Amino acid sequence: MGVIFNILMRNHPSTLAAATTGPLQGRSHGLLLALFCLLVPFLCFLFWKQHQPPPVASEHGAGIDLMINYLLAAVGGLLLVGHAILAWFVWRFSRQDRVTFRLATVRTEWKWALVPVVLMLLVAEGGVLVFGVPVWKKFYVAKAPANALTVEVTGQQFVWHFRYPGKDGLFGRTHVKFIDDDNVLGLDPTDAAGRDDLIVNGQLRLPVNRPVRLRLRSKDVLHGFFLPSQRVRQDIVPGMLIEVWFVPNQAGQFEILCTELCGLGHHMMRGLLQVMPEREFEQWLNQNHS
Amino acid sequence: MIPTPIGNATPHATGFWRRYIFSADHKVIGIQYYLTAMAMALVAGALALLMRIQLTWPGIRLSWLGKLFPAGMPGGVMTPEFYLSLITMHGTLMVFFVISLALVSGFGNYLIPIQIGARDMAYPFLNMLSFWLVVPACLIMLGSFFVEGGAAAAGWTAYPPLSALPQAVPGSGWGQTLWLLAMALFIVSFTMGGLNYVTTILNLRTKGMSMMRLPLTVWTLFFAAVLGLLTFPALTAAAIMLLFDRHFGTSFFVPGGLFVGGEIVPHEGGTPLLWQHLFWFLGHPEVYVLLLPAVGMTFDVLAAFTRKPVFGYRLVVISLIVLTALSVVVWGHHMFVSGMSPYLGEFFTIGTMLITVPSAVIGLCLIASLWGGCLRLTTPMLFAIGVIALFGTGGFGGIFLGNATSDIFLHGSYFVVGHFHFMIGGVTLFAMFAATYFWFPKMFGRSMNERLGRIHFWLSLIGFYGMFLGMHFLGLNGLPRRYYAFTQFEILKPLQGMHLWISISSFLFAAASFLFLFNFFWSLARGSRAARNPWEATTLEWTVRSPPPHGNWEAEPPQVHRWAYEYSAPDAARDFTPQTVEPDGAMAPK
Repeated sequence: MGVIFNILMRNHPSTLAAATTGPLQGRSHGLLLALFCLLVPFLCFLFWKQHQPPPVASEHGAGIDLMINYLLAAVGGLLLVGHAILAWFVWRFSRQDRVTFRLATVRTEWKWALVPVVLMLLVAEGGVLVFGVPVWKKFYVAKAPANALTVEVTGQQFVWHFRYPGKDGLFGRTHVKFIDDDNVLGLDPTDAAGRDDLIVNGQLRLPVNRPVRLRLRSKDVLHGFFLPSQRVRQDIVPGMLIEVWFVPNQAGQFEILCTELCGLGHHMMRGLLQVMPEREFEQWLNQNHS
Repeated sequence: MIPTPIGNATPHATGFWRRYIFSADHKVIGIQYYLTAMAMALVAGALALLMRIQLTWPGIRLSWLGKLFPAGMPGGVMTPEFYLSLITMHGTLMVFFVISLALVSGFGNYLIPIQIGARDMAYPFLNMLSFWLVVPACLIMLGSFFVEGGAAAAGWTAYPPLSALPQAVPGSGWGQTLWLLAMALFIVSFTMGGLNYVTTILNLRTKGMSMMRLPLTVWTLFFAAVLGLLTFPALTAAAIMLLFDRHFGTSFFVPGGLFVGGEIVPHEGGTPLLWQHLFWFLGHPEVYVLLLPAVGMTFDVLAAFTRKPVFGYRLVVISLIVLTALSVVVWGHHMFVSGMSPYLGEFFTIGTMLITVPSAVIGLCLIASLWGGCLRLTTPMLFAIGVIALFGTGGFGGIFLGNATSDIFLHGSYFVVGHFHFMIGGVTLFAMFAATYFWFPKMFGRSMNERLGRIHFWLSLIGFYGMFLGMHFLGLNGLPRRYYAFTQFEILKPLQGMHLWISISSFLFAAASFLFLFNFFWSLARGSRAARNPWEATTLEWTVRSPPPHGNWEAEPPQVHRWAYEYSAPDAARDFTPQTVEPDGAMAPK
């Protein structure tokens, strides 16, 4: 112990001269640091090969993927070039013992400043204007088509409830004073529109290739409605009715996650999304409506 | 007109209490802040390690920890509510009580007067007061672990209704109330500090120290203080409003018609979105409050160890102005999917993409500062280069999240966790280490140990990338943050492997940090004596003895004749010319 301590601590004050003397001096650190810089984009590439979003299963989702892939390519390219330059500078200038370039003229400074200005305007601002805004509009601003199916999603500390409007196409009124164990959403018993509402716990069934409009509500706290494969994410805010719509275009079973902290069971607030052929869906709906 | 108290720092106190505890000397206060932050970092870091253990080995039984936290880990198994307390307190402590305190309050207090040639802050008493408000804030925060229900558990963002309704989550009892009180105290203190910084920098610069001769450390602290003054009071107000919602029956943030824990909630008319706006109105500029000084200090370290002026001094100052202005109108990029108007989302995404421009210009200036230099890779320099690398990767990650469209998929995922740790965790922490190794000789009159410092750097670098680079890609898989365990979802189970590596890296980083602590305290007592100017640097603090005397300047305050980066000036006798040297032809560029 004493020996190790001595080797580590004795006579190694941190001074300017320490950079050029001693066993592990500046140059070798420069080389190591340069290699580390080159390693980072390579690591990113390896990670990316293994970690990608689940296959897309909705119409607008392709647009979101295009946006992400554009950023991965463009920003990934910048990351590679940036690290290569940093590595080169660190390696190159840790090997010289006098200053070879001191001060840039104002004109040179401004000229070089144009590089990041143009790059960022093109890659970041241009990217969002060209690839981002149209998808954002489609997902958030555009109205749902007339043939859209409407389903109400209610978040409750740690379960999802889904409500279909029934044959009349109308949702019955709800009020918090009617909530009890048999009436989880607090349907108003006097409202006729609510008589044929179908309430399902935990599993959302949707027909494939038909637009669906989700009315998102919460009974208690914030929740986040996240369908990873469909690229749908919307926070649910108590006191607000938030609508999103999308077109699921792949049949299959998917998971629904809560992605806004909602309490101690947040991590197990799991729902299932079953996207099925239209005919199967109608059959299921008819069987379950009273 | 404010009278210039440049020559009259508070009289030198002689008693122990007035000298080291209730001191009004900016240097003592700076070190007090720094040591407080260090103590809080130990707690906040330990919380992170507990989180890593739970995420890697969900439900593992560690009976010795059970004895330490009988309520949070009964029998040694962590409860979900304790995990939520951990994430909440780790974030809060690290952002406000570690990075803010060490970087902005600690180094800010220590460096501003001595770098601008003042004897002390403009308001020394206010300075002392602001430190002594932070101490109770720290104690209240730490104390909140021991109240019934445990510490706050609504996340460091404290979104209501979770943070407003005690029945919503166990930590939303007294823990949340104490959290709000501590935050309010902290912000009051930080606001006083900001007022002091702005006044001091504007009014107390010594003769010849024009704004364009200031070191970039001072420039960045100036903008950080301005931002703090403009935005922090919003959260003070919000915290008080939330306290009223919790205890006095108001409904600022809680709407009607809620049903929580089997009961109807007796509130009506508020909206949780209001809190989110108020929180992020502070929360986003807070990122820059932390980042800017980190970058400024990095520039100063780079200049000293490249032996040449920084690249683009003017560009950096202009970028700082643009950045400061833009940073108060981009807070909504934290709320793209929050339910606010989608048109606002477009506004915030365009603004956020615009803020990449000044950020990238600063990045260019950082990297171009290396060009042509004669790199002396000492420990502070290694950390400074680390800052450049982290600033790049972290900044690039931000482009994905500031883009509303890709944020639909990435929001609230581990991509976010990876990104903000690179920026407000990595850039700031590495800059803090660089600053510590750099200014330690000035602050304590002794040098830190170089060999330990370099080991610390390499372990930290590897540990840091190991922790947070991969998190970005977990986010690309859709892995949500703030999950107590990833065992309930089929799509999340295959990602468990990466968590092991993240945890191992976090243990490595923790070990490296202990090496730093050891080096710090060992050098404090046993490090070799440091000269006045061990780095042969140019700024004013290096012209006085180490540690500087009370009032900073033995005789008259210095007169400044040149800018802060006169390195390797042609015709100069040595490769650095302190700011106090009278001109003989080698002038700063016009």
